[in-house]
Amino acid sequence: MSRPEDTLPPDLFYNDTESRKYTTSSRIQRIQSDMTHRALSLLSLASPSLILDIGCGSGLSGEILSQTPQYGTPGGPHVWIGLDISASMLGVALEKDVDGDLFLADAGQGVPFRPGTFDAAISISAIQWLCNAETSEDSPAGRLSRFFGGLYASLRRGGRAVCQFYPKNETQKKMVAQAAIKAGFGAGLLEDDEGTKNAKTYLVLTVGGGDLDGDITGVVRGMDSVHVMARPGAKAAKRGGDIVKGSRGWILKKKEQMERKGKVVKPSSKYTGRKRRVQF
Amino acid sequence: MKLLTLNFLTCAIKACKSSPASFPLHPRDVELEIVESDINLPFLKNILPRLMWAELRTIAAELGLPELPETAPTRDHLVEGKEEAKEGEEVDEVPSQTARDLHRVLLETTVKEGKLVCGNCAHEYKVMEGVPNFLLPGHLV
Repeated sequence: MSRPEDTLPPDLFYNDTESRKYTTSSRIQRIQSDMTHRALSLLSLASPSLILDIGCGSGLSGEILSQTPQYGTPGGPHVWIGLDISASMLGVALEKDVDGDLFLADAGQGVPFRPGTFDAAISISAIQWLCNAETSEDSPAGRLSRFFGGLYASLRRGGRAVCQFYPKNETQKKMVAQAAIKAGFGAGLLEDDEGTKNAKTYLVLTVGGGDLDGDITGVVRGMDSVHVMARPGAKAAKRGGDIVKGSRGWILKKKEQMERKGKVVKPSSKYTGRKRRVQF
Repeated sequence: MKLLTLNFLTCAIKACKSSPASFPLHPRDVELEIVESDINLPFLKNILPRLMWAELRTIAAELGLPELPETAPTRDHLVEGKEEAKEGEEVDEVPSQTARDLHRVLLETTVKEGKLVCGNCAHEYKVMEGVPNFLLPGHLV
């Protein structure tokens, strides 16, 4: 099946007809609601919170966030704020009279909220759209880094985010996860129904500090098919062991690399990497 | 868009991020609407410490709403004088007048039409049918 991400940018793809089709299809509704419930269980919110919904679309997931615990929303009813780039989708949401606040915004341009605003963030089938850039002055990496940077800042310490997305391939999955880690999140990828056509990928993100149970590994403890990709602090430790650029060790390493490539390399001696005497 | 959201919103332009004047956004030519909703006391308690009260007062004054008290209420102000709870029994907390007023201002008062203006770069964000437009042209991102 072709991916809508490869055909058109999201604001053009989700036009009036496509938005209506998306919102009224009972199959999509069921899948979206399953995924929202799954994401909510990963967020494990105990009390009514302020939640950011990235790519809220017509508010399919938002409707679930506004529900009370009796209707299966833990800790609800939550107050949510939704961002979406498609005006048609938001139009459908307005018609449905959803409870959350809606914003016409591109998540790839950042998240325009002050630091520490949200308790949690949720995103259902949206962030794969960030892997496409529509103009030459923009790049997928730039869009992802602005998005995750903005998201990291706008979450409170100890906050969590769960992003369900449809990666095109392994590379894209890795690119998204790496962008999140670079922004400072503790990140983990969780896959439901791995290896099948119904595979669902969840990126579970945590912001350090606060009352969280350790890092991301606390969220996914005891779950199957979870790969923890980075732990806060692990990166810093690795960087400390690197060889300083320009030092003798670095030069020797580079020479070895070049030699392995089959280049002609001058033999090393005790003078290799030494400073020249200051000439009078 | 609720006034609560306005209390968290900053200018989206990169150059404004470092300037304190980019928060709060100032409403201009605004049409307000009251949307009734159920009071959610645990949420109010949760959000209260995160509110920027001084900015909320400024915005309320700019919108011509009744003046808010000078200092922010505390969590205790939100609950009506608690009755003596019997052992092992949970008493439902009753929202006080302060809580109801706060709910009115933050969650029921919404901006329907108008503009939001950044205090730093004077960029105008249009609000239509309660949905602000935060799409930026490429050179401002």
